[in-house]
Amino acid sequence: MALAKLKSDATQARLARLTMPDGLTAARKDALGRVAAMGLSHKRDEYWKYTDPMSLTQADPVPAAVFESDESPLFAGVDSVKIVFVDGVYDADASDDLSCAGVEIDRLVDVAGKDIHWATELYGTLETRGQVPVARPLAALNTAFATDGVVIRATGKAAKPISLVYLHGDDTSDVMLHCVVRVDAGADITLLETGPAAARFNSVLEVDVAEGGAFHHVRTQGRDHERRAVTHCFARIASEGRFKSFTLTANGTMTRNECIIEILGDDVVAHVAGACVGDGDDFHHDDTIFITHDGLRGESRQVFKKVLRNGAVGVFQGKILVKAGAQKTDGYQISQSLLLDDDSQFLAKPELEIYADDVICSHGSTTGAIDEDALFYMQSRGVPRKAATDLLTLAFLAEALEEIDNPALADDLYDRLDSWLARRS
Amino acid sequence: MLEIKGLEVKLQEEDKQILKGVNLSIGAGEVHAIMGPNGSGKSTTSYVLSGKDGYEVTGGSVTLDGVDVLEMEPEERAAAGLFLAFQYPVEIPGVGNMTFLRTAVNAQRKARGEDEMSAGEFLKVVREKAKALKIDADMLKRPVNVGFSGGEKKRNEILQMAMLEPKMCILDETDSGLDVDAMKLVAEGVNALRSEGRSFLVITHYQRLLDHIKPDVVHIMANGRIVKSGGPELALEVENNGYADILAEVA
Ligand SMILES: Nc1ncnc2c1ncn2[C@@H]1O[C@H](COP(=O)(O)OP(=O)(O)O)[C@@H](O)[C@H]1O
Ligand SMILES: [Mg+2]
Repeated sequence: MALAKLKSDATQARLARLTMPDGLTAARKDALGRVAAMGLSHKRDEYWKYTDPMSLTQADPVPAAVFESDESPLFAGVDSVKIVFVDGVYDADASDDLSCAGVEIDRLVDVAGKDIHWATELYGTLETRGQVPVARPLAALNTAFATDGVVIRATGKAAKPISLVYLHGDDTSDVMLHCVVRVDAGADITLLETGPAAARFNSVLEVDVAEGGAFHHVRTQGRDHERRAVTHCFARIASEGRFKSFTLTANGTMTRNECIIEILGDDVVAHVAGACVGDGDDFHHDDTIFITHDGLRGESRQVFKKVLRNGAVGVFQGKILVKAGAQKTDGYQISQSLLLDDDSQFLAKPELEIYADDVICSHGSTTGAIDEDALFYMQSRGVPRKAATDLLTLAFLAEALEEIDNPALADDLYDRLDSWLARRS
Repeated sequence: MLEIKGLEVKLQEEDKQILKGVNLSIGAGEVHAIMGPNGSGKSTTSYVLSGKDGYEVTGGSVTLDGVDVLEMEPEERAAAGLFLAFQYPVEIPGVGNMTFLRTAVNAQRKARGEDEMSAGEFLKVVREKAKALKIDADMLKRPVNVGFSGGEKKRNEILQMAMLEPKMCILDETDSGLDVDAMKLVAEGVNALRSEGRSFLVITHYQRLLDHIKPDVVHIMANGRIVKSGGPELALEVENNGYADILAEVA
């Protein structure tokens, strides 16, 4: 069957299950128009070659058993403004007061009623910009149908991190949340996201960083083995803005994390990093990054590390686009996988497209096994093979964790990775 | 302490015999030296003793205090008291030297059913021993052997040995690539560890290390065998005349 027909059938089937929520109507209708025009993603699309989007686009989600974790909640020691969603439904009792010095926080569902102008204007705007040159229909679908989320405006230095906690309690939950963050000139904010959110989760985060603003993002996606997620982060960064995003993924059947960054001003720093650990042939993890340099002296870094075992599959697609005139750009990209056996697989597609002549851009991608010489050296000092393997694995992941500015957050994640490895024989 | 009897070893991947019947008996508290031309099988002997993959033992036996070590995993041999100072110490990016040392010390203690060393106690001991070897705080913090000079790597090996307190220490060309001062430091480190219950097997090309670490017995290895053994004077003979005479004599 022709691809267009396949896509429109699948799209119609998906849309038939959805009802457009009230509020933000103009943006939602616009987005619906984009979805209809593009059609939902298909494995024949160029950027879905390595990841079959079927389970993310099909009408109903594949059920996912709720995972009972014996670990304490992540970042429990961090004083934050906690906002809890259970299967996408805001939990007022479990959430903190939505107030914090230096920040204005509201729920997405209140944007229309409270007439929050900046959020109304921004909602869907960065997502729309991010549709060119590569279509991201699942993000447009989210803009059209997201039921809730938060809108955050940092007006100064935020007194605390904002912590979004996504709990999963229903095997068949199918959730779309959409968050919008505006970092005013010179403001500074940290956003934490933790948890699986649903059996199937579609999340969009739009981040607009004004001159000299700083946005820090640290996220983990939950240990539920059967959960599926597609996430998009769209960022636009003005002069001297800083953007840093880190994602830890352990488990999950299907994860596609896209990050689309537009560097519009001069002297911008944008780093996006991730560590993922996967065990088993039902683990598929995909990082798809697109960074556009359209300002002078921009520095971007992509650092992605994956540890894969027992048939797990990791995908990395990373692009750096340097527009004409974006001189003195410094773009760096590294994607590496550590395969703990012969069954696992890493697929990487690094891309550079450069239209300026005075830039430094480098990219590298490696796939490797544990260094047997290092392993023997450690064993010969009395470290058992398993412990030595774990130490080497953590060392491999550490380079990605180093991208996190806040050492306390990084330590927490390091401990989680350590435990994840320790649970495996 | 260490008994090697008729040890025959070939490469696992290739049909190449490397050790062709090595016999060696080292008593408690003794220092033995092995000298020999390049490629004679000295490093292979040390690797097989410590359990490296890639070699197949086709004959003979190795026991440490009467216990068969060839059946043990490398980490079990370490816990049993065997230590190899590598000819080429391995770099381990991302693993801090100090973390590694502490992990190793405590893993061995655990394997022997002993209590782990507390962080405070460990720090105290390691600082003291590092100081004697002129290993500074920065070297302790850096990833294992990464960016270390040749001499620093060898001193780091001796530090590990000092921390692990093995009973059978094998040193594979620990003197190669060291200047005179560094060699003295290393020799002092080794001598400080000499005791009645601890034995050494020192593999070296040069007599000069043996001026500092006085051996009880010197062995000459050639073509996968120990071809001659004697007192310290044997090392001097090699120094003065090379291997040719000895090899001709035993051929
Ligand atoms: N892993 C290996 N692969 C191929 N050849 C090897 C390997 N290990 C040792 N050999 C060979 O075995 C012989 C002895 O090597 P080695 O034990 O390193 O000698 P030495 O330390 O006395 O210089 C040499 O001919 C060397 O090339
Ligand atoms: Mg050698």
